[in-house]
Amino acid sequence: MTVGTSAAETAPVTGPIDHPAARVLLQRHYVRWWETLPWIAAIIFYFAYPDYLGFGSELLITILFALSLDLALGYAGIITLGHAAFFGTGAYTVGMLSFYGIWTEPITSLLLAALVAAIVGLLSGLVLLRTRGLTLLMLTICTMALLQEGANMARAYTGGFDGLPSLTIDPVFGRFEFNPLFANTQYLFSLAVLLVCFVFVRTLVYSPFGQSLTGIRENLLRMHAVGSPVRRRLIVCYTISAALAGIAGGLWAQTNAFVNLSAFDLDRSAAVLIILILGGYGRLYGAFVGAVAYLALEHFLARFYPTAWQLGLGLLLVFIALFARNGILGLGEVLWRRYASRRAAS
Amino acid sequence: MTETRLETQALSRNFGALAAVSGIDFKLDAGARHALIGPNGAGKTTFINLLTGVLPPTHGRILLAGRDITDKAQAERVKLGIARTFQINRLFRGLSVLENVCIAVAERVGAAGSMFYPAGRRSDVIQESMHLLETLKLADIARQRVSELPYGRQRLVELAITIGLKPAVLLLDEPAAGVPSAESHIILDAIERLPEEIAVLIIEHDMDVVFRFAKRVTVMVSGAIFAEGTPREIEANPEVRAVYLGQAGQGAGHA
Repeated sequence: MTVGTSAAETAPVTGPIDHPAARVLLQRHYVRWWETLPWIAAIIFYFAYPDYLGFGSELLITILFALSLDLALGYAGIITLGHAAFFGTGAYTVGMLSFYGIWTEPITSLLLAALVAAIVGLLSGLVLLRTRGLTLLMLTICTMALLQEGANMARAYTGGFDGLPSLTIDPVFGRFEFNPLFANTQYLFSLAVLLVCFVFVRTLVYSPFGQSLTGIRENLLRMHAVGSPVRRRLIVCYTISAALAGIAGGLWAQTNAFVNLSAFDLDRSAAVLIILILGGYGRLYGAFVGAVAYLALEHFLARFYPTAWQLGLGLLLVFIALFARNGILGLGEVLWRRYASRRAAS
Repeated sequence: MTETRLETQALSRNFGALAAVSGIDFKLDAGARHALIGPNGAGKTTFINLLTGVLPPTHGRILLAGRDITDKAQAERVKLGIARTFQINRLFRGLSVLENVCIAVAERVGAAGSMFYPAGRRSDVIQESMHLLETLKLADIARQRVSELPYGRQRLVELAITIGLKPAVLLLDEPAAGVPSAESHIILDAIERLPEEIAVLIIEHDMDVVFRFAKRVTVMVSGAIFAEGTPREIEANPEVRAVYLGQAGQGAGHA
């Protein structure tokens, strides 16, 4: 603001901070008691199901991947079906560094994976975030397909269709080894990485920056009209989201000790989108609930209907689309509010 | 004595062969209460879109406080002090009324790019937004979602967002459009209470609103300025009556 002042600038600001609406905003970022539940559950899982820690790691990585998508899709409204581009980039970064014996330390490998994925996110974002809607959706798929085909053709470096097998990863802190038979280290390492990334994402979405992303999702044109550098915000968000997806991909490579072209699959992007829709997008914990629901469903339905388990998933999605637009968490919120108001009435 | 806030020189915009806006020389002084009227398709909204940078002009210049802003992007012009409301509401429908205003205020004070502290810690932003809602008598619905509000209230939120930007120049594109007449006085009262030094340009079809609010009126016809003067002069101008007031006057009579 360079010209002119207005009355609001000179008027004394008194007391409105106590208004309930203001209090909601002032306290939104407070940590609630139930936010500890997923982490407690994860630790209980570790002790209760020592034989399923491989599955557990996969679940944690999926949550992280879904979380990265939630930042772009749920908060900023960037519609993408190509998020596996960054998952794959992260996976291949870790994979190639390890396979060629360049770098095998797990934590710094993940940071490198994040960096490379962020660069890919930034470069592709500069181009494709000029578009919206269906065009954007197609361009994200294109980016992913180009990277996948690139990885396929650069056989000399990436192993092509066969991928890179038997990666060696150093023990975490030089002590905790990645053992392919007992996934204890994989599980705890994934959990720790998820926690760090989650705290980061949580900080981000409750920050003024996160609030402006929500504004962009809710009304792009209005954001332009309040003077927001919309494109820059979207590119920053997309780059961060890509970096997080890269970390998820890197973890995936480390815990499985191999990488292949499936890291770049459209299926993977679609699955993580379905997870967000199941759990509820734009609400942080939707990634957790959705990933648990999706993998549990896959596990049980595949046991009873090995050939047609996706039919059950499809039916569930139809139900969600018709009756619970905001996913399982949204449904839970509605039920809780109804219960609370009924209790208040009686 | 009164300085010119916003000025256009030979401003034109063509859509193909159609000259939607052609050769407009226009001045808006500090503290102006100026109405822009004209029949449908006269180019009023195109003119506003040129001023705010939604569209680039084909020819001409736009000056804000003497400074050429013709090449500035929309967001930059907002930072320089031009704010607008839209003919059709453009709100953050899923968010609360207070949050709608907070987003604008946070953007203005330069907080909106910060990533590493919670928005709730910017109590100055929340406080100022809440204060603004109080002056617009929106405080009691501050917590409600915008999508749950009646249309008249939504128009008021639209206004609140732009006032939160503390503009030097405020462009109101049919602020009372679509609001039931029983509610339209809320909007008009709010507009009348706008800080005096803001230069306000209002596009409006309702002649009652124009004559109640404006100190000067510009009539646009077919993309050009047809007449300009005080509301009395415009009302008395037989040519204006012929092209505009005659046809719209009947419509306004029914509204």
